[in-house]
Amino acid sequence: MSLAVFLILAAASVLFALLVVFTKNPVHSVIYLILAFFAIAGQYVLLNAQFLAVVHIIVYAGAIMVLFLFVLMLLNLNMDTEPTQTGRWKLGAAIAAGMLLVTFIGALKGGIQLSAVTDHNPQVGLVQNLGRVLFTDFVVPFEIAGILFLAAMVGAVMVGKRDVTI
Amino acid sequence: MLDVVKTIPIEYYVYLSSLLFCIGVFGVLIRRNAIVVLMCIELMLNAVNLLLAAFSTYLSDAQGQIMVFFIMVVAAAEAAVGLGILVMIFRNTKSTDIYSLDSLKH
Amino acid sequence: MEKLIPLIPFLPFLGFAVNGLFGRNWSKSTVGLIGSGTLLVSFLLSVACFNQVAATGPIHTVLYNFLTVDSLSVNFSFLVDQLSVWMMLIVTGVGFLIHVYSIGYMHDDEGFWKFFAYLNLFIFSMLLLVMGDNLVMLFFGWEGVGLCSYLLIGFWYTNKDFSKAARKAFIMNRIGDLGLLLGIFLIFKTFGSVTYTDIFARIETVNPDPAIMTTICLLLFVGAMGKSAQIPLYTWLPDAMAGPTPVSALIHAATMVTAGIYLVARCNPLYNLSPDALSVVAAIGLITSIWAGLIGLRQNDIKKVLAYSTVSQLGLMFVSLGMGAYVSAMFHVTTHAFFKALLFLGAGSVIHAMGGEQDIRNMGGLRKSLPVTFWIFVVGTFAISGFPLLAGFFSKDEIFANTYAAGGSLWWGLAGLGGLITAIYMCRLLFVTFFGNFRGTAEQKHHLHESPGVMTIPLIVLAILSVAGGFLNTPHFLHLGTPQWMAHFLEPVVRNTNLAHGGEPHHLPESTEWALMAFTTSLALLVIIISYFVYAVRRSLPVADTDQTGLTRLLARKFYVDEIYDFLFVKPTEKISQLLHYFADVWAIDGLVNGVGSGIKVLGAQFRKLQNGNMEYYLLGMVVGAVLLFLTLFM
Repeated sequence: MSLAVFLILAAASVLFALLVVFTKNPVHSVIYLILAFFAIAGQYVLLNAQFLAVVHIIVYAGAIMVLFLFVLMLLNLNMDTEPTQTGRWKLGAAIAAGMLLVTFIGALKGGIQLSAVTDHNPQVGLVQNLGRVLFTDFVVPFEIAGILFLAAMVGAVMVGKRDVTI
Repeated sequence: MLDVVKTIPIEYYVYLSSLLFCIGVFGVLIRRNAIVVLMCIELMLNAVNLLLAAFSTYLSDAQGQIMVFFIMVVAAAEAAVGLGILVMIFRNTKSTDIYSLDSLKH
Repeated sequence: MEKLIPLIPFLPFLGFAVNGLFGRNWSKSTVGLIGSGTLLVSFLLSVACFNQVAATGPIHTVLYNFLTVDSLSVNFSFLVDQLSVWMMLIVTGVGFLIHVYSIGYMHDDEGFWKFFAYLNLFIFSMLLLVMGDNLVMLFFGWEGVGLCSYLLIGFWYTNKDFSKAARKAFIMNRIGDLGLLLGIFLIFKTFGSVTYTDIFARIETVNPDPAIMTTICLLLFVGAMGKSAQIPLYTWLPDAMAGPTPVSALIHAATMVTAGIYLVARCNPLYNLSPDALSVVAAIGLITSIWAGLIGLRQNDIKKVLAYSTVSQLGLMFVSLGMGAYVSAMFHVTTHAFFKALLFLGAGSVIHAMGGEQDIRNMGGLRKSLPVTFWIFVVGTFAISGFPLLAGFFSKDEIFANTYAAGGSLWWGLAGLGGLITAIYMCRLLFVTFFGNFRGTAEQKHHLHESPGVMTIPLIVLAILSVAGGFLNTPHFLHLGTPQWMAHFLEPVVRNTNLAHGGEPHHLPESTEWALMAFTTSLALLVIIISYFVYAVRRSLPVADTDQTGLTRLLARKFYVDEIYDFLFVKPTEKISQLLHYFADVWAIDGLVNGVGSGIKVLGAQFRKLQNGNMEYYLLGMVVGAVLLFLTLFM
């Protein structure tokens, strides 16, 4: 049962990812990416990381991708205006990416031993547990992340201003 | 609910995220629209996120998922600033084609 | 006192630094005051040192350890003993007088401040040379005075001949310096030290091979040859007259050129071990003395005559050294410093009055217009010629007597001949310049004037010294003043040694000494009288160079030595240099360097294509790089 769900979700995420790359219209790319993210959120649920799945949907599909969509519409780029790469370049890119994949899988097959622990704690992915870890062990990185956000926000506002006089 | 650990080998997750990551790399390489390039980068980040979450579950360690949160933070910040810069570029060059960003050469 | 000793050389150095850095914007009187004032203080300190040394013996001051390599340890330290304090007095004393004189002489020169800076630097170097307690310090000073000599000969560097003369002096000196350097190396290898006291103390224990001692002494002598202008390295000194006259007086007559004498006298314990080297020194000195004297007979440039006279006198000093009469040589150094500085400065006064004219054929009759200079010149000429009771009389007589005692009558005769020739050309110079009718242009005649007091007062002081200097070291048999006072003073460091008589100084019978002195003196007087009649009464004039024939032409052309050197050394060197220029430099080195340059350029043009400014390429490169990284990590 789980394996079947996994395979379906995996196939969906790979399919949508490929569509993101190959669709000419950037607005369609955004839509496919959101779909791919939903598939990945499904994987999270499967992995018993429900809180992560929810946050993933809210942050990625709800915030980041909407931002992308906004920008596309703002710049009026919904038409297919992108010039295509040459065939030779596409071939080169495919070979490079394929080699990367082969290398990853080769590395996995070659020497890395992966093994799961035997006594699983099903509570790991729940919000209670995550919250405790985040606000005890990772409280300093958490605060720093907050500062990072603030900086990014100020930066984005500054960059986006129409007449910047620095 | 944790039969996933017993029924699906962890390698499957590794293969899946490797594949997604490489699709992202491929997209970065072949697309010329800077916005789509940024989206492909998001895809790559998500591939890594998936792997981290998988390992977190398989090893019963919450730190992996905490890492995913931090990556989300970085991704959101990156998207905000990156898109801001793109808007700026578009205002100046009337294009989001990364080939138009070759002023380093001149 | 010990604390003040470093001030003696460093005050002139301070003068050099201050004048050299800021003098350009200062008035000439300020610059002159700094230049001479620092030197006056140095002179007074030297006098204090002299008293101290006379009372309590040598003073040794170590400033700091200059370098230590393995067993070689060189201190920056001063050894003020009888010999060096003697030289210090000459250098600072005569140097001070010449500085004062220069204030007047160089007054109209725009390089006034530069001139004083160089002069002070020279004094500093010369003091290092004589005050250092080891051979490395001596070498510092040796090179320093060489540099200053170069700078000052080429002082009017816009004149191409002058800067060529400066170069010639520098290169000739370098040849000698190489010998000196090799000598120092060999001394270190043999004795394991470069400090004088250590070297001399170790002579007994090391007991070196006579052949090595001879080599050391000859190498040091090569250095002395270069600095003191002996055959075959003497040709630079006459050319060095291109510099301003005070420079000729200070550097190329009174002090720097006597550094070679100082070196040999300082190393006298080494030379005493090598009779062969002493013979070479004496022979070279004798040949130089006569050779330069002969050339001097037919020179018409007032400074050239004095220059050849200097070479000839230096030759005489080397004869004295070669005979083991070190003190006599030092004595002649002293008196020579007085009267040769006097003569040069007198010549400078003449040149000053004549508006730069140096050819004695265009002078004449200057006695009436330049009375002070005339009398000063008379004193100088008579002193150098050996007129009784003047400085040169005593010092030359002592050298002749020592030569007779150590070398026999043949050496004595030849050395005496050198002395005689000196008298001839000096009298010729005196009478042609100051007697007869004025032969210059009307403008020059109108312009004739006696030099200002700032120039004549140093001349008068030097004239007094030239008269009285001989009484520093009168011979025993004359019973004048304190006989052999200077010899007694220098005895702890250096004394006359007659190797043929077991190292004891010579003792001639009084009757022999009287006879020798009477003979040379009467000859000198005879020469003076004959010259007076020939040049002053009959007013015979030197003919133009082109009209000269036979031997006189040979002499006027300085035995064609410059031409011979030119043919033997300069031209072949130039040819080889040109060949090296084309093959080694232009073809090989330039080719290599330019080849590397253009190779990099070609490579760069290729690599440039990688940096095409296109982000896609960079990304692709990044991915390929990542792949390679993973491959190396996991393979």
